[in-house]
Amino acid sequence: MKYVIIGNGIASIGAIEGIRQVDKENPIMVIGAENAPAYGRPLISYLLAGKIKADRMALRPTKFYELNNVELKLGTTVAGLDTQKKIITTEKGEEIEYENLLLATGGAPFTPPIPGAEGAGVYNFTNLAHAQELIGTAKDIKRAVVIGGGLIGLKAAEALFDRGVDVTIVELSDRVLSLAFDENAASLAAGRLDEVGLKVRTGVSVKEIQRDAEGYVVGCHLTDGGFLQTEIVVIAIGVVPNYNLAKDANVKVDRGIMVDDHMRTNAEGVYAAGDVAQALDMLAGENRVVPIWPNAYNQGFCAGKNMAGRDTGYSGGLAMNSISFYGLPTISVGTVNPPEDDKNFEVAMKLDEKKKSYRKLVFQNGNLVGYVLVGDIDQAGMFTSFVKFKLPIEAETRAKLMAGEPDALHWPDEFFNETWNPEHTEE
Amino acid sequence: MKRVYPDKEFCIGCHLCEVACITAHSESKDVVIAYTQERREKGITSCKKVFEKGHTCVAVSCRHCDEPACVAACISGGLHKDPKTGRTVYDREKCVGCWSCLMACPYGAIKRHPVENKIIKCDLCQDREEGPACVAACPNLALKFEER
Ligand SMILES: Cc1cc2nc3c(=O)[nH]c(=O)nc-3n(C[C@H](O)[C@H](O)[C@H](O)COP(=O)(O)OP(=O)(O)OC[C@H]3O[C@@H](n4cnc5c(N)ncnc54)[C@H](O)[C@@H]3O)c2cc1C
Ligand code: SF4
Ligand code: SF4
Repeated sequence: MKYVIIGNGIASIGAIEGIRQVDKENPIMVIGAENAPAYGRPLISYLLAGKIKADRMALRPTKFYELNNVELKLGTTVAGLDTQKKIITTEKGEEIEYENLLLATGGAPFTPPIPGAEGAGVYNFTNLAHAQELIGTAKDIKRAVVIGGGLIGLKAAEALFDRGVDVTIVELSDRVLSLAFDENAASLAAGRLDEVGLKVRTGVSVKEIQRDAEGYVVGCHLTDGGFLQTEIVVIAIGVVPNYNLAKDANVKVDRGIMVDDHMRTNAEGVYAAGDVAQALDMLAGENRVVPIWPNAYNQGFCAGKNMAGRDTGYSGGLAMNSISFYGLPTISVGTVNPPEDDKNFEVAMKLDEKKKSYRKLVFQNGNLVGYVLVGDIDQAGMFTSFVKFKLPIEAETRAKLMAGEPDALHWPDEFFNETWNPEHTEE
Repeated sequence: MKRVYPDKEFCIGCHLCEVACITAHSESKDVVIAYTQERREKGITSCKKVFEKGHTCVAVSCRHCDEPACVAACISGGLHKDPKTGRTVYDREKCVGCWSCLMACPYGAIKRHPVENKIIKCDLCQDREEGPACVAACPNLALKFEER
């Protein structure tokens, strides 16, 4: 098989579309452990919340695979990889030869050892099956504890709450969304959750899950000595790259599968993309695991083009998150929590607690390298342009940015014309 | 493919393209009803954005990029590239209003619908035989719809 892709998430979709930009003919085989065609993973919280129906989960039209000459093997897990013979083996023992292989196996939920976590009533929340299970469970329960106040934990909590469950989020660090947010944004978000009745406990974690004589979950013992009654626990601490297949085959792995600027691993003909990969981060200038949707698509797309023989460099991922909390929208892009003692960084903040509006801009050596918006998010894209294109920022431009009015006319003239009014486009 | 190219040397910042955009995307197709009533009641919003800096103005909207950041960011399949026409197409039914595209598009070409959890983005007036209404409305030929 000329192209084989392991995993059927968004990185895989990106790769199919990337390959088809270059090679419209040779068949592609996609092997996915889950039973559904690629779906919007972030949509599982919308499904659990009852905001959308199952028929809206699919990312591409039903005919997508057929039109792109993709053979889809669903419900199939790849168990072995031999990079010398260029063969993969499925769990059922089927052997498939590849010329170009993409590892797009995504992330696996990270579950620290918590006494009592083994057994019924304890869930993860990273795939469609989890969401469907929780939809079934939510009808029969009053209370839930969600461990982890990151993106996935908050989304799980919100969705269960929308199903009428009394939810408490337990977060070890001193605020929710500690990675993507700073204190001001996190407190506005937490405030919104509190207003609707979702409980957030920060600075504590679950020490033990208590079960009764029959093994049913009855509550959680907390590290501060407290006890929370609950019938289920959702562990949503984060995801870790799902790289065992690669590692066992001696593909080079650090925090994720290491790839070069063409998404190639150290094994000939083997590429990696998405949550499983450790690829270039634009701002850090080094390889990082940044498990977000746009990076997964872009890496897959880049890998796909290279697999099909078009020499395509990866320009690097940019961390970005857009999350709404019951009508309070938030966006964070790039570096939002710069090291405090580093003089190269400058931060400008504007907080209006009454209006629940917040803007934070982070500059490094005069460039905009990150921002946070809460409430008024409408100018986000224009702010992104200054970060993504590393545009120079003069005094007048800076004043506009600080006033919350980023503007394309403050781009360098030449860049503006090339972008908006070029003489020729590339095609 | 044909795209709309704005020229800041010619734009006078009159906002007529915005009015035309609103009218073209209204039900009545009547400029007065669209601009007053439908804008207020249904939240019809122009896909164009007019920037001004001193005496320089420009009216921009979706560039229908070859490799669009909005499509990469869309979590629902609500945005995709039409392989035949090359346009970046928005499927309102699929959209869940997560604003990922609004964050990712570095051209500021995506707006929030004022009343619904949906986005507003230029569709190049796909149902309008004469082509984009903004281009036709510009009194100073600052917008061109052509292959480049
Ligand atoms: C609830 C939730 C909400 C999220 N919200 C956002 C958001 O708003 N914005 C954002 O940017 N990101 C969000 N994310 C993260 C985002 O979903 C991921 O970054 C993205 O899905 C990664 O895509 P991927 O293709 O790399 O991997 P995945 O989507 O994880 O897909 C990998 C696939 O490979 C399969 N697989 C693994 N191993 C094998 C094997 N050996 N054989 C066969 N198949 C295998 C898996 O079953 C899986 O289907 C969210 C995640 C969750 C869980
Ligand atoms: S919305 Fe933005 S990123 Fe998407 S095609 Fe239009 S200009 Fe490009
Ligand atoms: S707001 Fe709609 S179109 Fe935009 S990324 Fe979200 S789901 Fe896709």
